[in-house]
Parts: sequence; C-alpha cells; structure tokens
Amino acid sequence: MPKTLFEKIWDSHVVVEQKNGPTLLYVDRHLIHEVTSPQAFDGLRMNKRNVRRPDLTFATMDHNVPTSDRSLPIIDQISAKQIQVLEKNCKEFDIQLFDINSPNQGIVHVISPELGITLPGTTIVCGDSHTSTHGAFGALAFGIGTSDVEHVLATQCIWMEKPKTFEIKIEGKRKNNRAVTAKDIILSIIRQIGTSGGRGTVIEYSGETISELTMEQRMTICNMSIEGGARAGLIAPDEKTFAYLKGRKYTPKNYDELVDFWFENLKSDPGAHFDKTFTLNVGTIAPQVSWGTNPAMTTDVTSIVPFPDEYAKGNQDEEKAAIRALQYMDLKPGMQITDISIDRVFIGSCTNSRLEDLIEVSNIVKGKKVSSKVRAMIVPGSQLVKKQAEELGLDKIFKEANFEWRESGCSMCLGMNPDILAAGERCASTSNRNFEGRQGAGGRTHLVSPVMAAAAALAGHFVDVRELDLN
Amino acid sequence: MKPFKTIKSIAAPLDKVNVDTDQIIPKQFLKLIQKTGFGQYLFYDWRFTKDGLPKEDFILNNLKYRDSKILLTRDNFGCGSSREHAAWALLEFGFLVVISPSFADIFYNNCFKNGILPIKLENKKIESLFRTDSEIEVNLENQTITTPNETITFEIDGHRKKTLLEGLDDISITLQHEEKISQYEKSRIIY
Repeated sequence: MPKTLFEKIWDSHVVVEQKNGPTLLYVDRHLIHEVTSPQAFDGLRMNKRNVRRPDLTFATMDHNVPTSDRSLPIIDQISAKQIQVLEKNCKEFDIQLFDINSPNQGIVHVISPELGITLPGTTIVCGDSHTSTHGAFGALAFGIGTSDVEHVLATQCIWMEKPKTFEIKIEGKRKNNRAVTAKDIILSIIRQIGTSGGRGTVIEYSGETISELTMEQRMTICNMSIEGGARAGLIAPDEKTFAYLKGRKYTPKNYDELVDFWFENLKSDPGAHFDKTFTLNVGTIAPQVSWGTNPAMTTDVTSIVPFPDEYAKGNQDEEKAAIRALQYMDLKPGMQITDISIDRVFIGSCTNSRLEDLIEVSNIVKGKKVSSKVRAMIVPGSQLVKKQAEELGLDKIFKEANFEWRESGCSMCLGMNPDILAAGERCASTSNRNFEGRQGAGGRTHLVSPVMAAAAALAGHFVDVRELDLN
Repeated sequence: MKPFKTIKSIAAPLDKVNVDTDQIIPKQFLKLIQKTGFGQYLFYDWRFTKDGLPKEDFILNNLKYRDSKILLTRDNFGCGSSREHAAWALLEFGFLVVISPSFADIFYNNCFKNGILPIKLENKKIESLFRTDSEIEVNLENQTITTPNETITFEIDGHRKKTLLEGLDDISITLQHEEKISQYEKSRIIY
C-alpha cells in the first residue's frame, strides 16, 4: 500500500500499538522553554522520577525574556523567577540549556533548525503550539501541553491518536515573489480552510511552489499550520533541506548516510491516500492583511474591511463573531484596508524573524524613515540571526530608519515580556495570532508579511507592496 | 488525578465560536510556576474591566452560573496556544465538563490530563442544551446528558473514558511498557 510521508514517520516511531486507543510514539527531540515546563519538572520531583533522555532534550528561554539590554537585570520579578527555575531544572536534570547569555539563545523554533537539532524524519515535541514549524524539514513536530511535557521527560514517549492526513497543494507562479510571500500564501490558505479546517489532521504541503521556497519560507508556512487547526504541517525534505542542515552544530556525524536514507524514504508514495485535499493557486494572490480577531479573518490589501453577513455566508455564529471582531478592532465594514492607520509595527516571532525576513525588510526601509506616528521594532528570532544581520550591516539600516533593533525572543508576538501594545493601539505584526489582547490587553493586531509590515511602518498605514520597487 | 464522578449542575452558556486559549487565560497570567492560582484569571479580559471590576454582561458574572460545573459553548473551543494553563484555570474555577460541537486538538487532550470531560455534541443537540435553563446531569459511565426534557447520548473514545473514570496517571501506565521502550531505543536510528 502506498504511504504518505506522515504515515512513514509515524510507523517508524511506534513503540506500543493497541487495537483500541492511542499509540505510544517515541520522541526523538524534546524542546522545552520557561513557560510550559516548570510544572512538569515539579511533577517529576513529586513522583521521584528522572528525565529519561536528557541527551535528546534541549532548552532555551524565549517567551518572557526582555529584548532590551541583556546586561541589565530583569525587572519583572515573576519572569525572572520563571527563568531561574528553568536554569535550576536544567542543571538538576542535566539538560542542555541555551540560557539568556548564550550565543545560541533565541526563539525555540528558530534555534532548533539553525543548530541542526531539527532533522528530517524525526519526531519533535515542545510545549508550544508553533512546534509545527519544524515540519518544514520533514519532521513530524507538534505542540503539547505541560502534562505531556512531563510525560515525555519521564518516558521519552507520547500517547497519541493517529491523526488523519490532509494534502495541501500549492501551485502556480507568483507574479512578484518579493511582494507576495510565504506569509501571504499561508494566510490565504487559512482564510480559505478556516481556523479549524485542519483539525485532527497532519497537513502535507506539496506542489511546485513549495519546491521553489527556501527553508526559511517553508518554516513560515509550516509554522502557521496550527492556525488552521492542524496537529502538524509537513514538507518532504529535498536538496535544499539537506544543504541547510549540513555542518550545523548538532548535525549528526553520519549526516551523509542519513541524507541518502532520507532521500530514499521521506516522501509520500505516488497514489498514497490523503483523507482530505485542498489546492491553492498562488498566481492570483495578493499581499494579505488580517482585519479581525482570528487568522482566518484576513483579506487582500487591495480589498475592504468585509461586511459581517457577507463574510459569514449565512453562518450566524460566524456573523456574530465578525461583528464582535470589528467592534474590538474598531473598524467599519467597507473601509479600504489601505486606509487603516497604524501606531505600532512588530517584526519578529517564530513565523517571521529569520535572516531572509530581515534582509527583505532592509530592502524596503533602506534610506527611509519610519512614519513619525509609528513606533516600530525589529526583534531577531535568535542571537545567531542577530549576529548575522549585524555582519551584513542591517542593524545600521534599521536604526537609521528609526526602527528599534532588539535582542532575540518571542517578544510582542504574545507580550509576556515588557514588549506589549497599550489598549487601543493598532499594530502591523509579522506574528501569527491576532486574537483579542494577544499583544497586550485591548491591543489590535493586523497580521502581515515582513515586507508589508516594513512598508506600513514607513507610510503609517497599509500599502500594497506590489506597487513598490522591490528590486 | 481524581476519578470522574457524575456531575449535576446548571450549564453556563458561552455563546461564542473559536474561543481561543488566549481568552481562556490571557498571557499575563502564565508566569506562575505551579498548577494552581489560575482560576481567578479565567476569561480575565472578558470577565473584568480595565479597573478589575466584573463586567455585568459576561455570562460567568451572572450569579446563576457562579457554581456551574458545566460550560456549554460553540465550535472550535480552545484553539490557538497549547497552554495547559487554560485547562487548569477552567478546573480551578469549577468546570469539570465542557460541551461543544468541536474542540481544538491540543486543548481537547489537555482536558483529559486534568480530569475535565470535554463532550463533543452535534449542533442540534447543543442548540437544545442552550435552550435548557435548569440543572442537567452528565454521566460518563453511561455516556448520557440528562435534562428535564430528554436524555442525550454522547460518544467518547473508550480508552479516554477509562482514564477519566479511574483517574489514571498516564506516566504510570507508560512505565509499564518500559521493556518495549528500551527495545525501541536499541533499534532506532540514532539521530
């Protein structure tokens, strides 16, 4: 029987299979951070249990670290405590930690690929829903809750119901692939399948457009699989994947042998059955801007803020949700997206904070100034991204344009650190969630690509980046 | 984990779709390092004004639902962040059952780890529960919800049902498979 890529990875990780009930899967990589792990370590201690495979467990602090000067003490005492507790736990259980002063610190989903911890064909879990990012390398990677973090620490395994499979083909040629980015592709998909369209499934993204995307762009796509409700997103590894991982800090010594094995095995067989399929043609898509309070509430930059009844297409619950969303966002139906003024810009997060994103932003802002009405910040995904960007001189370009250039972390994607929106502030954000209060209580988030955020920072409102000279 | 017993209570109707875990427990309250202390912050931005006063129009501020153990809601409950703090907050607030047409996967799983029963019901049955304004009884053993007017049955995976009814600890169950885990480790590709 032909198998999908997902089924091949799943099958090769089964430890215990039962007739009825979940399967026990082995976990190759367990990533942990300061927010969802303290209770898990407490559980271990309470039950006198140990970490089974500290060698397969990697930790960093990203969610609540300040992005200001790292030489200063952390002012928020509760955040400081969470960070200290992670340090203590990693020491006690002998786990590799990239701490706040490490040159490898960063957002967990940025550092794991750049360190070669993420590998094709592996299973990866983390107490964070954006673990789906690692699927860009052909790893089966999913977010888990804290109870499961404890379970994986103790057993290196996880119980899981076998998800269904969902093939999303991305085809066609973009007219301007500097302006219509991976972010616009995934927002277009979520806009069409809805925030629960992928529920209970693992998505495999395929098609000619996927092959053309760089690894960083593929990560942006897989990252937001969870925003479509999917358990995980997957892309079959290819030459680009193997080249990206070669020679990284934790890439295994037998890498070349592994590449041969992966090349042979890690792809869906012709004729393999998917439970669900969807095709997106990218030929006609425009840069996307979210207008509401979930990522499916998104539209073209050239369009208008929708009328709730038209948006809901007869679904009363969705109509009520859209009315509430517009109220929260303080937007009127019929208004042009390009007429929406912004107060803040956030360029960062595990979706869009990698070197290519920053290079694209620098092309837009070089020699220009952020609108005097806008406060704009750029938060690199990791210390390594920061260093590489500085080697290219990007920091100077950003600072000259009046962007704040900050230290790495999750920052204003979820605002657990001091980087937050004030109530009523409106932000063009390259992050992944526009939920009510996500970036600060009462704050209003519009999800966009890095180039769209950069252009909005300069203009003070949204602009169609296809109209700019990007070359 | 405490074994799940039959629950009798009025159901608090939260008439919203796509309730995300950022709403259930906003990020500013995720900094505690224990599993307790989250109940007071449940739906914080919906329950309280900027000044920390209860918003009268929010359903959980209605005295009638103060002791409710059952939350009734709409499609895709618990979407977004994987934070188990959402389940801890619901539990500590007093909810032992959440009834919805559908749940986000990670949240659904987190419920079972904490002794909360998430019940998936088709929309027609949900509508009828939204119209019920008296105590209802949830019996997991029989897989029934009894209202003064009707008895509704619900489906649940047998394994998950057993775990809740017996209050079983996942890790202890897994450790019984120690030999198989070690065997797997010996044969696995070394990454």
